[in-house]
Amino acid sequence: MTLHAAILPILIPFAAALLQLFAKTIGFQRLVGMIAAVLGLFAAIWLVWLADQGAVLVYALGNWVAPFGIVLAVDRLAAIMVLLTALLSGAALLYATAGFDTRGRHFYPLFQLQIVGLQGAFLTGDLFNLFVFFEIMLLASYTLLAHGGGLQRTRAGLAYVVLNLLGSALFLIALGMLYGTLGTLNLADVALRLSTLQENIGQAKLAAALLITVFALKAALLPLSFWLPYAYASAGAPAAALFVIMTKVGIVALMRVQAIAFAPSMALGDLLSGWMTVLALATALVAALGVMAATRLRSLTAWLVLWSAGTLLVVTGYSLPAATAAALYYLLHSTLVVAALFLLADLIAERRGKVSDRLQAGPEIRATWLAPVFFLLAASEVGIPPFSGFLGKLMLLSALRETNAAVYIWIILLASGFLVLIALTRGGCRLFWSRKRVLIPGASMISGWRRTTALLLLATPSLMLVLFARPVSDYTMRTARQLHSPQAYISAVLGVSATSGVQDIKREQRP
Amino acid sequence: MEALLATAIGTLCACGIFLILRARTFPVILGLTLLSYAVNLFLFASGRLMLDAPPLIRPDGVYADPLPQALVLTAIVIGFGMTAYLVMLSLRALAESGDDHVDGKEKS
Repeated sequence: MTLHAAILPILIPFAAALLQLFAKTIGFQRLVGMIAAVLGLFAAIWLVWLADQGAVLVYALGNWVAPFGIVLAVDRLAAIMVLLTALLSGAALLYATAGFDTRGRHFYPLFQLQIVGLQGAFLTGDLFNLFVFFEIMLLASYTLLAHGGGLQRTRAGLAYVVLNLLGSALFLIALGMLYGTLGTLNLADVALRLSTLQENIGQAKLAAALLITVFALKAALLPLSFWLPYAYASAGAPAAALFVIMTKVGIVALMRVQAIAFAPSMALGDLLSGWMTVLALATALVAALGVMAATRLRSLTAWLVLWSAGTLLVVTGYSLPAATAAALYYLLHSTLVVAALFLLADLIAERRGKVSDRLQAGPEIRATWLAPVFFLLAASEVGIPPFSGFLGKLMLLSALRETNAAVYIWIILLASGFLVLIALTRGGCRLFWSRKRVLIPGASMISGWRRTTALLLLATPSLMLVLFARPVSDYTMRTARQLHSPQAYISAVLGVSATSGVQDIKREQRP
Repeated sequence: MEALLATAIGTLCACGIFLILRARTFPVILGLTLLSYAVNLFLFASGRLMLDAPPLIRPDGVYADPLPQALVLTAIVIGFGMTAYLVMLSLRALAESGDDHVDGKEKS
């Protein structure tokens, strides 16, 4: 059973999606969805425990050994991302059961397929398989974005789909070049070949640069990030909450490919240095300005996704384990908090009638518990001590203290944090304190236990990150160390000793 | 052979990008389709061009690389599904707004 642990996070949602397709009633679909969410969560916890034993778990699909077959490789990074996805999707699913699921057709199978794509993208050890899982994830996300209907969603969906199709085309070109140059697409094998690459270095560099561009598009790095705020702000609350992790897929893929394949090789080692930090800082700054300019809580939250992406991408320019560890802690925190903010924005919007989630004076919100939750999430996101954002940012900044661009990183991240603080304070004041004496007829005052629980399911782990900061940051430190010593990963996947330089894989000679 | 294929890929790419930058959804979809043709040809060529060779290992050692062929099949299927969805989405946008401009309006 332990042997098959790696495939479970993909199989469970896939089986659930098939069952839900044939289900007649929405009640049965809900039941299957929730069971799959609980099972997926347990499978993810198990996987984290297994991965934390130290060895990289390799699952050869169809028992075809790497590099000839496709493998799933579970290291600590994959395992923790699988757990985060399971938690996030479980909460979003619970929120959707309260009525969002009936606003269109086939919500549940698509939601489960999106989870399949996400988990597969984190787990796979093959670049073409990564492309396939990306496409599964994106195809499901296209329809989830349009779920609920409305012209705004259709328009946002159109731009989003066209842009991502272009991204897919670029991804395929990068894969074709990589295969043409190296003759393999298995990540560990790519790393091995790059380390001994003698000729065609220019082509390999171009392929790697294209691959990074694609990941930067998914991660929303600055010149490629203008699609994000509009698309995410238009999506329905549960879909938007799930989408928060999609930018993280790009960031994690970038971190992994950079750490395992590109950084250790002579030819591509300096591919990200210099420009990545600049663009990431620019992303954070522009996102902070976007947060300031946002007029609705939903679009403000969408800009916050971009802000955290910019903050996280700063570390990818450096191969410092301490910085990567801090970034992973910050990633866990920001994903949960921003997803919770999306759900909260929905709850607030429906209590304010026509004013909705616009940041202006409106009718009184008659749910006193929403205000402290907003305060908690906002303070956590901005990084006010003692919340998780503060700890994450503190670790990040102190890990980057030694780098040559430290001054600029500190100034820009802290200044953008200050802008976000102003924007969130102003938004909170307008939402909760500037009231108009208007009664909204027919507005529901009960949020229902499902949506309350879903919101708390996302808000509580962010508190847990503070209470258990030490074990979590120890885990992310171990994750980062594992990520930055790729020999173990390569030899686990290929079954060869990478340090000795001797390989027993017979290869064809390319003309 | 190489020059012919390279020219074909280049032409398809150029036409595709030109069409993607148009303002109506229909040319944009056509452009994406052309671009995906170019990408598929490129991917196919990444296993080197071979004439009269099966994708099987033979004693005389002349064979075409089978892996890019499998990759191209996957890419074609995925691209087909994506294009179908995009057509449906743009038809819905047209039905909802009565306009097929990509931004939903003629002038801002």
